[in-house]
Amino acid sequence: MAKVKKIIKNIKVDADSCNGCRACEVACSFFHSVPKYSSVNPARSRIRVLTHRLKDIWLPVFAGEYTPTECAGRDIYTIDGKEYDECGFCRAACPSRDLFKEPDSGLPLKCDMCEGEDEPLCVKWCLADVLVYEEREVWVEEETEGEKQQELDIGLESLADRFGLDQLRDAMARMDAKE
Amino acid sequence: MRYAEMGYHLEVDLATGNVEKVETDPKLTELYLGGLGTGVKQHWDRVPPEVKPFDDENILIFSAGLFCGTPAFGANRTAISFISPQTELLGFTMMGGFWATELKHAGYDKIIFSNKSPELVYLWIKDDQVEIRDARHLQGKGSLEVQDLIREELNEPNAQVAAIGVAGENRCSVASIEQGRSSASRLGGGAVMGDKKIKAVAVRGTQDIYLADGARFFELLKEVREYINFRNDNPIPDVMTILSGIGSPQEMLHTDEKWHTESFVWGNARSRRKDFWTEDIEKSWTSTQLSTIKRLISCYNCPQRCAALIDAPDVPRYMMKCFSKLTYGMAAYSDNLDFSFRIVQKAQEYGVDGFSTPQILAFAFELKENGILTGKDFEGCPPDEDKEGRFMWLLERVARREGIGDILADGTYWAAKRIGAGAEEYAHNNIKKHEQVPIKLGRLDPIYYLMYSTNEKINITQAEGNWPQAAFPKMEQRERFVEDWPQLPDEKFKKWLLEWEPRGEKSIPHFPTAPMCSEIVDWIEMLHVTDDALGLCAGLASFCLKPPYHINNYPKLISAATGMDVDRDELKRKVNRSRCLHRALNNRRGMSRKDEKPPADHWRKRFPELEEDLLTTYYAYKGWNYDGIPTRERLHELDLDYVADDLEQRGILKDGQGQEDHQEHKS
Repeated sequence: MAKVKKIIKNIKVDADSCNGCRACEVACSFFHSVPKYSSVNPARSRIRVLTHRLKDIWLPVFAGEYTPTECAGRDIYTIDGKEYDECGFCRAACPSRDLFKEPDSGLPLKCDMCEGEDEPLCVKWCLADVLVYEEREVWVEEETEGEKQQELDIGLESLADRFGLDQLRDAMARMDAKE
Repeated sequence: MRYAEMGYHLEVDLATGNVEKVETDPKLTELYLGGLGTGVKQHWDRVPPEVKPFDDENILIFSAGLFCGTPAFGANRTAISFISPQTELLGFTMMGGFWATELKHAGYDKIIFSNKSPELVYLWIKDDQVEIRDARHLQGKGSLEVQDLIREELNEPNAQVAAIGVAGENRCSVASIEQGRSSASRLGGGAVMGDKKIKAVAVRGTQDIYLADGARFFELLKEVREYINFRNDNPIPDVMTILSGIGSPQEMLHTDEKWHTESFVWGNARSRRKDFWTEDIEKSWTSTQLSTIKRLISCYNCPQRCAALIDAPDVPRYMMKCFSKLTYGMAAYSDNLDFSFRIVQKAQEYGVDGFSTPQILAFAFELKENGILTGKDFEGCPPDEDKEGRFMWLLERVARREGIGDILADGTYWAAKRIGAGAEEYAHNNIKKHEQVPIKLGRLDPIYYLMYSTNEKINITQAEGNWPQAAFPKMEQRERFVEDWPQLPDEKFKKWLLEWEPRGEKSIPHFPTAPMCSEIVDWIEMLHVTDDALGLCAGLASFCLKPPYHINNYPKLISAATGMDVDRDELKRKVNRSRCLHRALNNRRGMSRKDEKPPADHWRKRFPELEEDLLTTYYAYKGWNYDGIPTRERLHELDLDYVADDLEQRGILKDGQGQEDHQEHKS
């Protein structure tokens, strides 16, 4: 089976070294302002330092995918005796919280690794070397046509089970008309 | 469009509950920059000199500096200004942390509180929504615990909260305003806040702060950043460890306290213990410190880690910074560092200043030892052998104003006056009624003499910096120091440093000469006043040797941030303007040459004639008359004619009185 090369961009977070200064938030919002470097607003930052000072928690988290629905359940992690709040490690922009949404429009924010820069600005600006940027190459198996078809079938079947074939057909017809 | 600043004040009338968002005149920024600079102007305009600290008319201003919320490293300072209940002059106290930037993001450069609330309240600001909320259920809460209680009550984990403890509620002159890892503690800002019945100010902001030329600002900051890295990797040689780096003194990082414990004085600012730092002490203190400090932490957008999360046995966690690690222990003559970590937690919850309070406690026990206070005043106090227990006991009496604590809570100057019977002699470490850093030295230092005497903050740490504290013994050390010194205003300063000797003709007190000292002190003062306007931490600028921010890059940064065209001369004019206004305000309240004196015992060897000459020369250099009042010419140059008119009308500045009268007095 054929393999293809993929670049994985990664920011390693050494939360134990974080001094809680939030320079990463400043740099991120400064870089992403429009025009670039015109304004600052950590509330628009795609990295946030979740902070519980007296619990010794300073946790930089990057904005991940947007999700329109919140999870049905929540997790609470205890690591090294420190209890991390529900959603603590989650990177989603989600209805359950204000994190990773534009404060005015509410539109979701997502880290883009500062496309075009040699490394993300938060990494460059981090004053305590908490954030380390890495790129690594991985070889992944290329998907075959058969596998793709199988995935499509499974997806459609589950939709048909949930909504019925009629509704699915109607929805597809509407999509067709739109095209 | 306003750049770097938000262009609005929040005016809060506590008597009526009226809250208004008021647009400010951009001209004020051009004249006074921001932060304390523009704050002083408000006090001048709105608070007549007859107003007493606890009058309704004494406004309380929280100012975020002009650079707060910009990407400038270490621009996170809040200047809180008010007529001080201790000095009765315009006091200002400052804190770092995270509050100032949050206020800017909420859309305001300042909050101005006027009048008093009938009941205890706290202010909650979320961008444009502002609410005065009932705080009666928070009465008596510690200044740290209340911050979390308010965040929980509001369900706003990201709100930044500045709060007072019981000492503030009780209007103690040593009451501080606490906020996360930072305190605004000098001169009784917490007392004025308590008098106005404000338990806390909570703020959350989500608005943009704009820069006039952000790309240029960014380029300039890269240079600042490079220099910070360079300085962190290259401590200055030939000076004490504590002076070799940048940031405020790295008390949480360094465990070697030989210098502080043996050079500073113990008890009621009394005696040195020159052989204190033994091997046993070093071992025990190092082990206590390393096991107590959980993590070193920073203020907003700052590379230095001047504070720490403290986790001491049997004590709730809290955050400590700087010198409070030593002040209580040394005042109590305790040899246990562990005691300091325990008592500072209590002191912070009560919300008291870590410099004045320990001296007040030591002062009281000295009065007891000398029979001026009696056993009756200390009923219930642990025995004198229990040096630590009795300090804990009295600290609580002071914060709660119970028994003798009620008298002591006003500070050593006022307490001594009320106690009488010779107690004044024991309130010996004050300038303008305010307790000073406990240090007693041999021979008069002319630079320090001027800084101590004339600074409006009345605290040496807000006056010193940039110039080495002592001459280097060897020429090669001096050469090494001056070869890389881009922070200087003028090359001639290098020559002075090269000539400066530890002993002999060219040593203190006669060298640097009075005119040289005037220029050195004027330069350092300008740096401090600039930092106070910009909201920059003095630890990255005015307070340090060879800092990343200095007179040669401030103007470029200010121009890029604000769009104003500011060069070095223009910056100097702006900060001189607010400096002179501050002084004139205090002159209007009665301050003059007679008040500008370091403690009599600060140096063993004094030179009265030289000291007079230093003061007169410095005043003349500043454009102040013999009494230390800015002359009409000086005020006119600084566009402060209205100040000259006012001072003349009040008879403080005599018509036509100017530079010439120096000569009269000198002859």
